[in-house]
This record gives sequence, structure tokens and C-alpha cells, in this order.
Amino acid sequence: MSVFSRAARSQASASVAAALLALAAVAIVVIAGGYDLGHAATAMWTGSAGSAYSLFSGTLLRATPLIIVGLAIAVAFQAGVLNIGADGQLLAGAAATIATGLAMAAAPGWISIPLELLAGILAGAAWAAIAAVLKRRFGVLEVISTLMLNYVALFAVGILIYGPLQEPTHVYPETAPLAVSARLPVIIAGQRLHVGFVLAIALAVGIWWFMRSTAAGFRVRVAGAGAAAAASAGRVNVERVVFRSFLASGALAGLGGAVQVTGVTYKLFENFSPGYGYTAIAVALLARLNPLAVIVAGIFFGALEAGGAGMQRDAGVPSGFVFVIEALVILGVLAVDRARAVAASRAEPLGEEAVA
Amino acid sequence: MTDPAFALSLRDVAKRFGKSVALDGARFDVRAGTLHALLGENGAGKTTLMRIAFGMLRADGGTVASNGTARQWRSSADAIAAGIGMVHQHFLLVPAMTVAENVALGAGGPIGRFDPAVAAARVTTIGVETGLVLEPQARAADLPVGAQQRLEIVKALARNAKILILDEPTAVLTPAESRELYAWLRGFVARGNTVVLITHKVREALAIADDVTVLRRGKTVLSRATAGLDEAAVIAAMVGTLSDDVTHLAIGTHATGAAVLSLDRVSVIDDRGVSRLRDVSLDIHAGEIVGIAGIEGSGQRELVRVLAGRLAPSVGTARIPSHVGFVPEDRLRDALIPAMSLVENLALKEAGSARGVMNWSGIELRARDVVRDYDVRTGSVDLSAASLSGGNQQKFVLGRELDASPDALVVENPVRGLDIRAAAHVAGALRAARAAGVAVAVYSSDLDEVLSLADRMLVCFDGRVAVTRVEADAVSRALVGLT
Repeated sequence: MSVFSRAARSQASASVAAALLALAAVAIVVIAGGYDLGHAATAMWTGSAGSAYSLFSGTLLRATPLIIVGLAIAVAFQAGVLNIGADGQLLAGAAATIATGLAMAAAPGWISIPLELLAGILAGAAWAAIAAVLKRRFGVLEVISTLMLNYVALFAVGILIYGPLQEPTHVYPETAPLAVSARLPVIIAGQRLHVGFVLAIALAVGIWWFMRSTAAGFRVRVAGAGAAAAASAGRVNVERVVFRSFLASGALAGLGGAVQVTGVTYKLFENFSPGYGYTAIAVALLARLNPLAVIVAGIFFGALEAGGAGMQRDAGVPSGFVFVIEALVILGVLAVDRARAVAASRAEPLGEEAVA
Repeated sequence: MTDPAFALSLRDVAKRFGKSVALDGARFDVRAGTLHALLGENGAGKTTLMRIAFGMLRADGGTVASNGTARQWRSSADAIAAGIGMVHQHFLLVPAMTVAENVALGAGGPIGRFDPAVAAARVTTIGVETGLVLEPQARAADLPVGAQQRLEIVKALARNAKILILDEPTAVLTPAESRELYAWLRGFVARGNTVVLITHKVREALAIADDVTVLRRGKTVLSRATAGLDEAAVIAAMVGTLSDDVTHLAIGTHATGAAVLSLDRVSVIDDRGVSRLRDVSLDIHAGEIVGIAGIEGSGQRELVRVLAGRLAPSVGTARIPSHVGFVPEDRLRDALIPAMSLVENLALKEAGSARGVMNWSGIELRARDVVRDYDVRTGSVDLSAASLSGGNQQKFVLGRELDASPDALVVENPVRGLDIRAAAHVAGALRAARAAGVAVAVYSSDLDEVLSLADRMLVCFDGRVAVTRVEADAVSRALVGLT
């Protein structure tokens, strides 16, 4: 549609520039660290896209939770809600999912799997609701409350896996695994990629359409982009829109946790999340909060993580460099934005009339 | 040459911010040892002029002199060194620090050295000498507003200010605190110091000041001693009826239709419990333009919002049709979303009521119509609202609000910051709306503007509304509560 294409094109080019800048910066650091750049790059390629296995069971598998949680961040940020707590919401979702799945071990998959995902969605929304109510009732900044709730969720998971949800032998700090029937099916035989990836793509397309085409999605965007104008000129109930968007963001993050449990880990343990909620912020920012671009950005980060593992294995370059790239991408996006804002403020406004 | 009898003397001062002219050859002379009130409506350039005097802003043209010496301030540090202090409307205190620390902050002394005992003693000494008593160890954040203001003054005095500039000091004070402040300022002047008081409260200024200067649209329009000066003359200078550019005084002969906007015994009480509108009853009819006037804080802001259906009365009933166009004063905050395209900004009007799927192609066509019909200069309706000039933003907002024939239109300061052609275009659009049978209410802080448009005048004073003829004299008297 023509309405957004001009802005979308220029934002896409800026995001690509930011990503390339970040990769170039990492190349410099790799060289400075005394590693063979060619060797490292080859290993990265092999690990992320060099084979069907690395693509489907590496890159796309890793991209799945990043896309879903990236959508959670995009929805929140579009509404002007700085939800830093996707990691906690994801853990809440994962815990509810595993509890539901273990309780329904005997049920057929077409019953247990939807209920598991639903439990994850509701738990994520409920976890976000704590911060959303604090914001609406008492004006508590969500940046602080959601960040703190991440730690609460982290330690609550600890209590669960050493307590009520610990596996039957009480030896390992983890839950029992889900029954095979309660797991998400894989898409391609012999690969690890599961239907959660298809769900992620469908969600991205659906949210993109919702934000672009529906009145409710437009309300989310105006509430985030200009709350005062939305309330005065548009008579939008901004508080309500923001509150609901906050819950929707939590629901998506919770679903991310549910998909990861039912599709990849099949159980809950400490360090279940390697910081999906934080990486998802980089994904959403790189995608400029555009749900379709979240797919691309999620796959880019999935490839970086899969490739980073390969780089460490084959070229001896620490995979920590991947996290450097993630951080640099965020800085790159912010720097490009700032540069464009400065350039825009220097440009003369169009069509000013001469004073007669 | 400059006259040493003037504590401050600013001549021919010009200042632009981008395309808007803040000061246009303003002149301001303050006799040493006097209390001088600087008056003007919002946006007249008072604060800008005093920030130039205090070295916070650099003038584009003109001269600044203090105590007979021409000055080129590099920053406000130079002005402070020359004995000038300024108390800003929004206090510049560090809330978490104590009174003594706030006073010591930036008050000189070797870098890195801070002696709490010395700082506290300084506060106590100033308290004894001037009567501005403060507890040195109290946290700034814990002080009541009046005491915070005292602290701001003490900060200036600690740097040996002999010329004190206060920007709207009584805006945040209770009447009792205001009286106390004024009494102290008189005493400060009696000890040989000089005070500049920026205010828009005419009655208070005339009661306390030795001299007044009135700014309007960046120009000095009145400067003289207060003795023998009457309130109506000052108001007239502020709102512009002394100027001779009033060419058109429409008389309320326009045929009008049914009442569209009706207020019945409406009162508005704000969050702090202050009555903003008191027992207002009025009707605005189809096919008339009603002008609204009021010195700032008289209730006109609330009246405008009640009429636009954006503010519910605390008491009484307001009968407002659902389709009311509203052009608020702060268009970039309340009317437009700068980062969004014109198409999206057009859709913004229906954002709250729209259901289902947005008809973007239809909205885009309407946006093109508005851009064409209201002469909005833009390369494309896909461009952001921020890319338009102020005048084109205003034309777009007006066009949007008049799109799909509203029953009523309420506009606030419609031509502020606009150049002559854009202003004429806006005025033409308002008259066209009247001709089309829309009930139009226009508030402007510039009386000439409303007088040239209105069929009838509503004048706010102290939360009450009087109806007057469209004549400068009648309105000026009503502005200060005379009937």
C-alpha cells in the first residue's frame, strides 16, 4: 500500500545500514583479536546457512522464539509501552505451559497442545498485567517494574524446578519432559524445525495486517506516537489502548515461552531463557517495530547465533562476539535514527509562503 | 552612549526562532532603584527579552547595557558577574539537595571544595540580612512552593545580585504568598536595588511597580511610569487595540440559526480545586462566529475546551453535538502526530470512533481534497506532518476539522505564528464555515484578530463570561471586569 511505502523503504535501508555497520565493526574486532577473518566468516556461514541442517535446525529454529518475542516488543513499543520484561513474561508462559503439559500427559496432542499454548499466553499476559496495573493505577514506570519482574520470574522458576515441578527422581533441577504427544510436531522429517516457526510467521503477518489495516491497530499506533493528539483530536481512550497493548505484548511473550518449551526443550530448567526478552528488543528495533520486518530481523539474529556457535566450534572465535553484534545493532539503529533526525531538523520545511 | 541611570537598557532587540519572530526591535529601559513590570500576553516576547538581558540567549540584533556599560554577554555567567540575577518561572533547583547545597552550587569558590558549614552560614546570613529565612539543612524537594521561590531568590542574592529579574513569580503562589513576595520586593528596591517583574497580571503590576513596559508581538508598545496609568489602557496595549491596524469592526448583524452549542450554568473546577469557570450559561448558533477574549487565566481556556466537548463541566450541563471540530492552540501536541503522514493525521480525527478495517484509499482521497481545498503546501499526502511549515500544519488541521461538515467549530489562537498570507487564508476558511451554517467559536489572545472575525464577543473575567458588542472599548472594559 502506498501510504507507508515511502517511509518503510527509507527505514529498511537504514536498518540494513545499521546491520552492516555492526557486522563490519565485529570484523574489525575479530581481526584485532588475532583471528583469521576469512576462516571465521566461513565458519559462520557454514554454521548458519551452509547446509539444510544448519538452516532449518540452526538458524530458523533459533529465530522462532526471537520472532515471536520480537513481535511482543514491537506491539508494546508501538503503543509507547517500554516493556523490558518480555523475558519474565516468557518464563511465566513457559512455566504455565509445562505445568499444563505435564498434567495432561495422557491426553491426545490435539487437545493438550492448544491448551499448553493457551496457558502460556494467559500466564504471559497475567505477568505483564502486574506491571500494566501498576502503570495505570499508580503511574509506576514500566521500564522499572517489568525489569524487576524479570528477576522475580527467574527466581520463581527456580522455586518451581526445585519444588513442585521437579522431576520425579528429585535429582536434577529441572522438570520432567513433556510426553511426545504434548510436543509440537516438526515440519520436515529429520530436522528440528517445528510448527512454532509457521505460527511465528503467521502471527507476524496477522499483526502487521492488524496494525496497518484495522481501526484498533491504528488506535495502538496513534496512542504510542502522540498520546495527547490521540486523546484530543482523535478522542481515543489512550489509557485503555495502552493497557490492552501491554497485555497483548505479555501474551505474545508468554506464547514465545510456550513454543520454546513445546517445540525445543520439552522441559523447564534454570537458564531456560538465554535472554530472549532482551535480544528481542534488538530484533524489534532493527525491524523498526514493523511486524513483517521482525521476521527478517529475527532470522538475521537466529543466523548470527547459529553461525556464532559454528564460529566458536570451527574457528575458535568466542561466540560472545555475537552478543557484541547484537549490542552494536541497537547502537547502530539509534545512531542512524539520531543522524536522520538531525538531518531532518536542518532541512527547511516545505512550502513556506513568502510574506507579502 | 548609554545612560548610567538605567540599571538595564535594551535597545532595538531582535530575535528570531527559525521562521517565527519573537522580538522585533524591542526597547526596554529600567531605571536603577525601581521596580519595573514587563507586561504582555503569552508569546509577546517577555521571557525571550529577559533571557537576552540575562545572557541565556543571544540577540540577532540590538544592544544590551547595564549600569551605563554596553555588554556582550557570552553566557549568563557574565550577567551574574555583573550583578544580575534571574528567577525562572520553572525553578532550577536540585530537589534532592539541601538549601545550603543549592545555594553553594555554582556560586563560585575553588573547584572541588565544598564546606557545608560555610554554605549553611551563608544561607543564615542572607536570611538575617534580607528577611528571606530558610532552614539551610532542609531538602529543596521538601520545601513548599513559596519557600522554593525564596530559595531561588536567595541563590541570586548569594551571588550579589543587584538587579533581580523574576519571571511570572506569582503564577504558583497563593494570594497571601504573593503579597508577602511583593512586600519583600518593595523592600529590596528601597535598599537601592532594581527589580524586573515579568507578568501578565495587570492589576498587580500597576499596584506594585514604579514603571511598566508592555510588549506585544515582540515590539514595545507602551513604556511609562505607573502613576496615573489606568488598567484599561494597559490591557488595550497588551491585546492590541491601541494599534491603528484595526481596519474592520464587524457588527453583529449576521443572520443566525438555531443554538448549536449550549451551556447551562456550567462550572469547571480544576484538579487543585480552583474554580476556572463559574456558572456560565450561553448559546452559540449556527451561522455565527463568536469571538472569545480573556486575559490569561480568566477561564477562556476551559471555556474553549467545554465548547469543543473536550472537557466535561464539573457542574451544570453542556449540550455539545457529537461532530465538533476543534483546532487547539498547541497543534503539534494536541492536533497532529508529527511523525505520521498527512493521510494518517486525517484519519486521526476518527481514530476513537472507527470500527473494523480502515478504508485507507478513501482516507487518502479525502486527504488530497483537504490539501487542495485549504491550500496546504506539501509534496505529497504521504509526507509527515512534521515536514510541513507551521502555517501549512494549521491549514491542514483546520481543513481536517471542517472536513465532512461539522455542526460546530472551536478554534484557539488560530493564526499565532502564521505569516500574513496563511493567516488570511485561515480567516477566510472560518468565514466560509460560518456561511455554510457552522457555529464557530474563536478564541485569540490577540484582540484585533477576534474583533475582525466575530459577530459577537464573549469576554472572560475571573471565570465568568460577559457578552459584549464587537467593539474594542467594550471588550477592553469587560476584560478587567468592568461592565
